[in-house]
Parts: sequence; C-alpha cells; structure tokens
Amino acid sequence: MSIQKGNTITRTPVGSSSAISDKGLLRGAIGLAIVALVGFGLLYPLTGVGLGQALFPDTANGSLIERDGKVLGSSLVAQPFADARYFQPRPSAAGYDPMAMAGSNQARTNPELRKRIDEARAAAAQRDGVDPSVVPGDLITQSGGGIDPHISPQAAATQADRVARARGIGRDAVEALIARHTEARQLGLLGQPRVNVLEINLALDTLYQSTRMEP
Amino acid sequence: MSEFLLVFALAVGLGWPLGRYLAAVMRGAPMRGDGLFLPLERPLYALIGTKPERGMSWRGYAGAFLLSNLVLAIVVWLMLMSQAWLPLNPNGAPNMSWDLALHTMVSFLTNTNQQHYSGQAQLSYLSHMMGIVTLQVITPMMGLALAVATLRGLFGGRDAQARQADGQDRMPVDVGNYWADVIRPALRFMLPLCLLWSVLLTSQGVPATLAGGPTVAPVDATVEMKEQKIPLGPVSPMVAIKQLGTNGGGWYGPNSAVPLENPTPLSNLLETLALILVPVSVAFMVGPLTGRRRFAALVFGTMLTMSVASAGFAVWSEANSSTSRDIALMEGKEVRFGAEPSALWAALTTQTSNGSVNAMHDSLAPLTGLVAIGDMLINAIWGGIGCGLQQFVVYLLLGVFLAGLMTGRTPELFGRKIEAPEVKLLAVLVLLQPLILLGLTAITLSAPGLTGNSNPGFHAISQVFYEYTSAFANNGSGFEGLGDATVWWNVSCAVVLALGRYPALVIPLAIAAMLARKRQAPESTGSLQIETPTFALTLIAVIVTLTLLQFMPVLVLGPVADHLALAAR
Repeated sequence: MSIQKGNTITRTPVGSSSAISDKGLLRGAIGLAIVALVGFGLLYPLTGVGLGQALFPDTANGSLIERDGKVLGSSLVAQPFADARYFQPRPSAAGYDPMAMAGSNQARTNPELRKRIDEARAAAAQRDGVDPSVVPGDLITQSGGGIDPHISPQAAATQADRVARARGIGRDAVEALIARHTEARQLGLLGQPRVNVLEINLALDTLYQSTRMEP
Repeated sequence: MSEFLLVFALAVGLGWPLGRYLAAVMRGAPMRGDGLFLPLERPLYALIGTKPERGMSWRGYAGAFLLSNLVLAIVVWLMLMSQAWLPLNPNGAPNMSWDLALHTMVSFLTNTNQQHYSGQAQLSYLSHMMGIVTLQVITPMMGLALAVATLRGLFGGRDAQARQADGQDRMPVDVGNYWADVIRPALRFMLPLCLLWSVLLTSQGVPATLAGGPTVAPVDATVEMKEQKIPLGPVSPMVAIKQLGTNGGGWYGPNSAVPLENPTPLSNLLETLALILVPVSVAFMVGPLTGRRRFAALVFGTMLTMSVASAGFAVWSEANSSTSRDIALMEGKEVRFGAEPSALWAALTTQTSNGSVNAMHDSLAPLTGLVAIGDMLINAIWGGIGCGLQQFVVYLLLGVFLAGLMTGRTPELFGRKIEAPEVKLLAVLVLLQPLILLGLTAITLSAPGLTGNSNPGFHAISQVFYEYTSAFANNGSGFEGLGDATVWWNVSCAVVLALGRYPALVIPLAIAAMLARKRQAPESTGSLQIETPTFALTLIAVIVTLTLLQFMPVLVLGPVADHLALAAR
C-alpha cells in the first residue's frame, strides 16, 4: 500500500496483545467499498430473490391474475373502471398509472382538497343513487400510492344497487358477492376489512357473462 | 390499539435477545457462530488489509469512516449518472442529471432516503441494488460502529485496563477497529435479519424477481387508459433493509403506501416492527457491551418513555381526536391499513430516522405532522442505528453539564470531568441545527420561486421546514407535495444531509476520546448520580426544552396554526 495516513504507535501493552495502527486507510476504504458493492449490493438481493422465487413464486412475481394464459392484472394494482356494471375503485392522483404513482399530497386545510372531495361526493351520490351523507370517505379520497386495490365494504355496499341495475340482476346477488369478497381484519386484529375491486369485478364478469350488455 | 401494543411488545421482546447478541458481535470475543462466519470474514479482512483485533485511535477511526464514505460516494454517483448504459435495466431508466444523482447519492450515503425521484421509473435494477441497497446495508453499520467506538471511549477505551495499569496517559485511546466494527454486524446481524424479513414480505406479496413487469390492458375496455405497466423487480430485499436499516428508501415513489411494497396488514405489522426493532436492539446492546446495566436502563427508559408518548399522541391525533371524523381522513391513506396504523408508522418512522411512509404525511392531521417534525428535531428517540445513540450521548453530556451547573457540582460522566473543550464542541453541534434549519427555511420561503409548494397557507411553511428538518435528521420522509426535484432543492438538501450526519457522528467520538484520556476519579456519593429516574426525567426535560426554545416559533407558524385553521373550519 503506497498511501499511508496517520500515525503508528507500537507499544508493549500490559494484559493486551493489541496495538494501535491507523495505517492503510485508503486501501481499507477501497476494500470495504468492494465488499459492500458486491456482497451487500449484489449477493444479498440476489439471495433474497432466489429464496422468494423458490418459496413463494406467485407473490414473488407480482400476484398476477392470469386467465387462459393472459395476464389480466395484479391483485395489488388498482385498475380504472368507468362502466356502471363495475364497482369503482378509489380515485387516483396518478390516473392509475403505476409508473407515475403518487398521492395528492394536499393538506387537510387545502381548499382545493375540500373542493375535490365535495365534487367527488356529489358525483358518487348521483352515480349510485344514494344520499351524499352515506358516501364513505375512502370512496372519494385519493389513496397514498394512487393504486389502492381495495375499497371498504361500506364503499362497496353504496355501489351495490347501481351495479345490480346495470347488470340486470338482483341486489341480493351483488350483496352476497360483496360478502364473499370481503377480507376480514388479518388474523382477526390487523388492518381494516376490505374488498378487492379488480377481483370482485372479474368475479362479476365470470358469474354474469350471459347478462352482459355490450355498450 | 392492537397494532400499537403489538409493535411495542414485539420490539421490546425481540430487541432484548437481539441486543445481547449484537453486544457479543461488537465485543469481538469468541462466540457462537464463529465457525460459520469467521471463514467468511477472514478473506474480507485480507482484502481490506487489517486484523480485527488491531485497534485504532479516534482520528484513524474517523478518517477510515470518512474515506470509506468518499470512495462509495464517487462510485455510486458515477453509477447513477450512467445507469442507462449499464446492465440490468429492463424498464429502460434514463441516466440521472448531475444534481439529482448527487442528491440521491448523498441522501443514501447519509442513511437518509430523501428521494427527489420515483424509483420504479427513474432507477435501473442495477442502481437499485448496487447503488441504493449497498448504501442501505453499509451506512447503518457505519453508524453503529461510530456509536460503539464512542461508548468504548466513554468508558476509557478498549485498552482502559492496560492504560490504567501502565499509567501511559498520553497514548492515543484504542476505540476499536473500524473495518471489523462494520463487517461483523453486517454479516452476523443485519443480513441474516434482512433475508428473513425479505422472505416474510414476499410471502405477503412483495415482488422478488429480476424480470421486467408485464403490461396489461384494463379489464374495463371503456376507460381512457389503454395499457397499464406493472412495475416489478427485486423489491423485497430492498424493502427489508430499508425498514430494518433505518434508511427508508423504497422501490416505488410513494414507498410503503404502495400495495406492491406493503401488500397486507400483516406485512404492515412486520414493516412497522422493523422500523424500531434494530434501534431498540441497539439500546439493549448498551448494557451487555458496557457492563453498566443501570446506564443501559437510563438509555432504554428515556427512549421508551419518549417513544410511547410521541406515538400515543400521533395515534390520538389521527384516529381519536376531533379531526379523525373529517371526511378527508382517508386522503393519502390506504384502505387495508386505516388511520391508526398510519399514524403509528408516522411516529415511529420519524423517531428512528427511518423515513419510509405508509401514508402521505402531507395529508395527515396537522398535529400528527407536528409529532413527526418534533421526533425528527429530537432525533434520539431510538434514532437511526448508531446515530440515535450518538445524539443521545450529546443530550446526556448536555444534561450532565446543566445538572452540574444547577447543583453546583463539577459536571462529570463516569468519573471523568466535562470541561470547556468538550462543551465547546457540544455547542457547535447544538447550534448547527437551528442555524441550518431556520436559516435555509427562511431563505427558501423568502424566494417563492424556489419553494414549489403544493399547498397554500400555514401548511406551506410546514412543508419547507419539514423538508430541511428531514434532511438534517437524515430521516427522508417528506411533505412530498413539494416540487423538490430542482437544482436548488437537490443541492441545498445535499449539503444539509451531509452536515446532519458527519458532525453528529464524529464529534461525540472525539469528545469521548478526549474524556478517555482524563484521569478517572472514583465515583463517590458526591458525584452526580445519572443512573436514576430523577436524572432520566431531567434529561427528557432538557431535550424537550432545548427543542422548544429553538423551534417553538416555526412550529407555531406551521403545524399548530394549520391545526387551528382546520379546527376552525
């Protein structure tokens, strides 16, 4: 090592075999960088990927929903729905584009946030034919990531009538489907009950294909 | 309440054995696991050119720390600016501009995760792994090394007994071997824990693949969007280390609010626990490492008290106060979590200098935002791995100094006097924070062209102050509405990030080494008793008073006024 910094003190310590040396800092720094880049930056993530692929291949590859060999989406990514025959997801600040995901980042005191929520509430009430006061907050606020795949069971319930009418089926059938697709709090105590919008809409399409009306 | 209680119970229950294990790792004596790890470590020491038992002076130790940062800085900066030409870039991320690459590099080099970019679109897989993950693993280990070296100094150095025996007071104090102090905990502690978390998170739905993500057509063909790209990648290993290593830098822009990064309430529990697990373990490590259980109890008790108080206030503000009945409650939050886990996360991520988020902080209730800012200003409620302990030592020395003045006794710590040179160095650290935070906040607010706020009114003040506070605390969370991908924000934040890390890590080590060279007086009944509940309360009072004295005006103008405006609606 050509560059040596610092001082070197050797001594004969009592009861210890160590000596103090501050030499070789540059070589050490370069060596440590190599260890970090290769070991921590390459080998560690590759091991994590290998273990994930071996043990949980479905989730490791993005929880994709496939039908007839075609990828329809991921149960962890919300898709936009406009047709009245489908449940609506939460509004997205990113237009449901996962490459641009974001929240609105608007403060609670921001007048623009209030205006947007009021408008969304009025629109949802009109679309679903319900009173504005019963529209739950999660259905008219934008999520943190912009691709929240879930809505609350209440948000699904307010849409049940409209979906039933648009599909020409009974409200009971839609409510039964909501109940079947409601995930309870995990392990009975974590998080909130929720309905996966993409999954329930795909179930609607599968069950009621025959009554489907093309727009 | 279940998340709140579970996270604290698990962190304390698991932190205890992990802390004991970590102490054994840092002590360097023969231990279980040597058979597995020594053969791995020996070639690394050979590459570095050191022997783990060889000691270093504090100057050599700090020099090794700074130089190894410089080398990594250059490599990662170049990598980010040339990633488009490098392999493992299936999503076609372009090269970063010099200022964005500089800010990103400094941010992760200082174990922060201030991100003025969106990872899924602007970083290649290679940059994510060898750029970001490399720094996410090694920087907390560097912080831990500095903290352990400082502790060794406070108790007279690794060679304390030998020095007392031969009476050679002018020798440099042996504070440990930097290289071994970084490598041992990384291999024996951090990486095994991270691999476990990575697999557990993948079981819940966090992707772990090298393939590029698929592009799908929306199921409802009537919508405007014609195709949707689902970004994947080796996400899970990165999420594991960003949560456990108090870094916080996520794969996706909105961090752990994204369902791909935090898919279920259980993954959220695991990630929330990971926020504080290692910082709590480091606090538990103090006892076995120093052999002073009462001192460790002081550290742990003080931190736990402040942690529970701050997290409890955040949860109350978000989920139980009058603002929790706001129709906008779920703005920026995810349905699968709800209000309470979001507030708990916001408190813990700012206590531990982590900075990851599972809800958008801009849209939290203003008082929850106040808790987040307060946690970052204190930055020693657990704190970042190692950094938290360093900052705690600063508060401890200040507390001893002030208590000494109040009781009319010579301030001393573990039998060594705290005198003018040490207090001057402390004053530098204490003054740096308000000078930088308030100064830059004032400059930025006075030039509206620079700020790029997404919100009007009092919250705009909070946004700018939050950004600099987060940078200085090496936290990384943000009131993200700020349009911060500009040269001004990139460069000013890069400077603040560096000033928030290096002096805070190196100066306490210097002070500890200065103390170690002083003659140790036996602790008598006349000395100030610091290992008592009374002193713990004094210390908390010192911390809170100091923070309020410096930052009360800006906190009133920002989050407090914001809260009053919301309450008056």
